[in-house]
Amino acid sequence: MGRSLTDLAFFIGWRLLQLVPVVLGVVILMFLFTHLAVSDPCASWYPHARKAVLDECAQYYGFNQPLLTQFGRYIVGVAAGNWGTDSNGQAVFPAIVQSLPDTVELVLASLLVMIVFGIALGVIAAQFSGRWPDHLVRVFYLSGWAAPTYLVGILLAIFVAPALGLPTGGAFSEQTPPFPQPTHISVVDAILAGSPSGVLDAVSHLILPAISLAFLNLGIITRMTRSSMLEVLPLDFIKSARMKGIGETAVLYRHALRNSLITTTTILGFTASGLLASTVVVEEIFRWPGIGDYSFNAILDNNFSGLIGVTIVFAIAVVIANLVADILYGVIDPRVEWR
Amino acid sequence: MAGPAAPLPVEPAGGRAAGPPRPFVVPRSHASDVLFESLRTLSANLLTLAGFVITVILVATAVLVEVLPPITHTLLGHSWSILPYSPSTIGPGLNEAPSAQHWFGTDELGRDVLSRVVAALPLDLTIGIVITGLSILIGAGLGLIAGFWEEGRVGRSASAVILRVTDIFLAFPTLVLAIALTAIFGHSVDPLTAIVIALTVTWWPYYVRIVRGEVLVIKHQGYIHAGRIAGLSEGRILVRHVLRNLLEPLTVYATLDVGTVIVTFSTVAFVIPLPSTILEWGTMVSNYQSLLPGEWWLVMGPGLAIFVTVLGLSLLGDGLRDVLDPRTRRAFAKETESSFAPRPSASSGEASE
Repeated sequence: MGRSLTDLAFFIGWRLLQLVPVVLGVVILMFLFTHLAVSDPCASWYPHARKAVLDECAQYYGFNQPLLTQFGRYIVGVAAGNWGTDSNGQAVFPAIVQSLPDTVELVLASLLVMIVFGIALGVIAAQFSGRWPDHLVRVFYLSGWAAPTYLVGILLAIFVAPALGLPTGGAFSEQTPPFPQPTHISVVDAILAGSPSGVLDAVSHLILPAISLAFLNLGIITRMTRSSMLEVLPLDFIKSARMKGIGETAVLYRHALRNSLITTTTILGFTASGLLASTVVVEEIFRWPGIGDYSFNAILDNNFSGLIGVTIVFAIAVVIANLVADILYGVIDPRVEWR
Repeated sequence: MAGPAAPLPVEPAGGRAAGPPRPFVVPRSHASDVLFESLRTLSANLLTLAGFVITVILVATAVLVEVLPPITHTLLGHSWSILPYSPSTIGPGLNEAPSAQHWFGTDELGRDVLSRVVAALPLDLTIGIVITGLSILIGAGLGLIAGFWEEGRVGRSASAVILRVTDIFLAFPTLVLAIALTAIFGHSVDPLTAIVIALTVTWWPYYVRIVRGEVLVIKHQGYIHAGRIAGLSEGRILVRHVLRNLLEPLTVYATLDVGTVIVTFSTVAFVIPLPSTILEWGTMVSNYQSLLPGEWWLVMGPGLAIFVTVLGLSLLGDGLRDVLDPRTRRAFAKETESSFAPRPSASSGEASE
C-alpha cells in the first residue's frame, strides 16, 4: 500500500466494489417498505376507477403476483436498466438520467459557494480571533446552522429575489430555451450553444438555489477552517515565513490555509449527503428541473418505482461523494496512503 | 509592572488573564463538585448560558401551553391560557401585518399567527424528544451489542450483521429516506405516526455508530479489566461501568440531536404538509406559495420559532459537551473564549468514531 497510481486504482476499485452490497441492501429495503406499506398502488393512482380497471392495472404492473416474484422481476430489471414505470407509463430510468445532471450542476455550484465563502470567512475569523470580525462570523454561521434549508430558500425567494431582480423558477427564463440541451447542465448547454445571453440567464437562475443549498453547511466549513487555521498559525513554519518578510496575506493564504485545508476537505465529503438530500427541498422551492424535483413529484403521484429509483441514485451518489473526498484528501496530504 | 519571568507558564499560551492560578483542592464529594463546576462553566460561557435560558423558556412555555388550560378549567371553572388568542379562532382582520394586537400578524382566516406558532411548540418539541429517545433506545442497544460482544462466533457474526445493516441505512441521505417513508407509510397510518416511524427508521443508525465507537474505547480501559478480575458479572460491568460511561456522550449528542430532529421533522412536514388541523411550523411555512407579495409575516413567525428553538438547543448541547467532559471542564471554566461547535449535519454520511 503506497501512493502510486496502481494503489489508487486498486483503492477506487475496492471502494466501488463495496458499493454493490450497499445498493443491493438499499433496493431490498426500499422494495420491502413500499410493497409492504402499499401492496397495490393502483387504487391510489385511479381513485374513481371500477374494480375491473383496477384488476387490469394490477395485472399490468404485476401487483397481484407473490412478493418474491415481483422482487425477482424488479431486481433483474434494475440490473438491466429497466427501473419500472410510473402510473403514466413513463419509464423511470431515462427520466432520472435526464434530471441528474441538473442536480449535479446545482450541487457543484453550491459547493463552489460553500468553499469560496466558507473558507474566506474562516480565514478572516482566525485572523481576527477573539475580536469583532470573529464574533460577527460566528453569529453568521450560527444562524446558518439553526435555519432550515427551506426557510433560507423561501426567504431568499421572497425577499432577496425581488430586491436584486433575480429569477426564482426553473433553470432558464423559458421552459425550453431556444438552443438544444444535450448535457442538461444549464450553463454548459448555453456555452455549447454559444449564446452569451443564455449563459447569463442560466447563471442568474442558478445563484439563489445554490446559495440556499450552501447556507446549511457554510457554517461547518467556516468553523473547520477557523479552528484548523488557529492550530497551524502558532507553528514554526509560519513564524519563519513571517521572518522571511513574506506579506501577511501570503502567509495566511499560501502557507497557513494550505495546511489547514486538509481537515476542511474531509468535511466536504461529509456534507455531500446533506447537500444532496436538501436538493429535494431547494429544487421544489425554485422549481429546478433536477432529481430532487423528480422525487418530489414521485411522492405526490405515488410513483413508487420512481421513489425507489431516486433513493438508489442518492445512495450511490453519497458513496461516490465520500470516495471523491477521500481521493482529494490524499491528493492534498502527501502523507496519506491509499488503502 | 514588570512581568516576572516565571519558570513555568501558569496561563496557556495566548490565553487571557483569568485571575491567579487555582490551588489544587481535593473535592469534598464528587456530585457537588461536578454540579459546582458545571454551573461555573455554564455561566462562564455566555453562548451556553443563552442556550440554556432559551431551552428552559421553550420547555416551560410548551408545558404551560399544554397544562394550564385543563388545570385552570378544573380549578377555576374556566380555562385560562398563556396564548393571547385561541389558535383556531377566526378573527375579523384577515392578513394583517404585525401590530400591537397581533405581534406576528394574522393569517388568511384572521387567526393570530403568534398564538398558532406558540401552540405548535409542544408538538415540535415532543416530536424532537420522542424520535431522539426512540433512536437512542434502538441504536444504543444495537451499538452496545456490536461493540461489547465482539468475541466469539455468535458475537462476531451478530455485530457484523448489525454493522452491515447500519451501513446500508447510512448510505441513504436521511432527509430523502424520511420523506419517502413518510409518503409510503402515510397510506397505512395517520400522517403524524407516519413521520415519527419514518424519522425513527432513518435516525437510529447514527447512534449505533456513536455508541459502538464509545464502547470499543471503554471496554479496553483498565477499570473494566479490574472489574473482571474482581469477579464482577458481565451484566454488572455492562450496566455499572460501560453504560454509566456512555451517559455523558449520549446526553451531548441527544441535546444536539433534538434540534436536528426538529429541523428534519419540520422539513418533512414542509414537503408533505400535515392536515390543517395539526399545528406545525414546517406545514405553516409550506403555505408560502399562496402568499401575496409582501405578506412576509406568515413565513417569519414559524420560521423564527424553528430558528430560536434549534439555536437554543445547539448552543446548550455544545456547552454540555464541555461541561460533561471532565478533561475540558476544568480548563474550560477558566477560558472566556468559547469553542462553539455545531455538530456536522446529522444527515451527513458518516458518524465519526
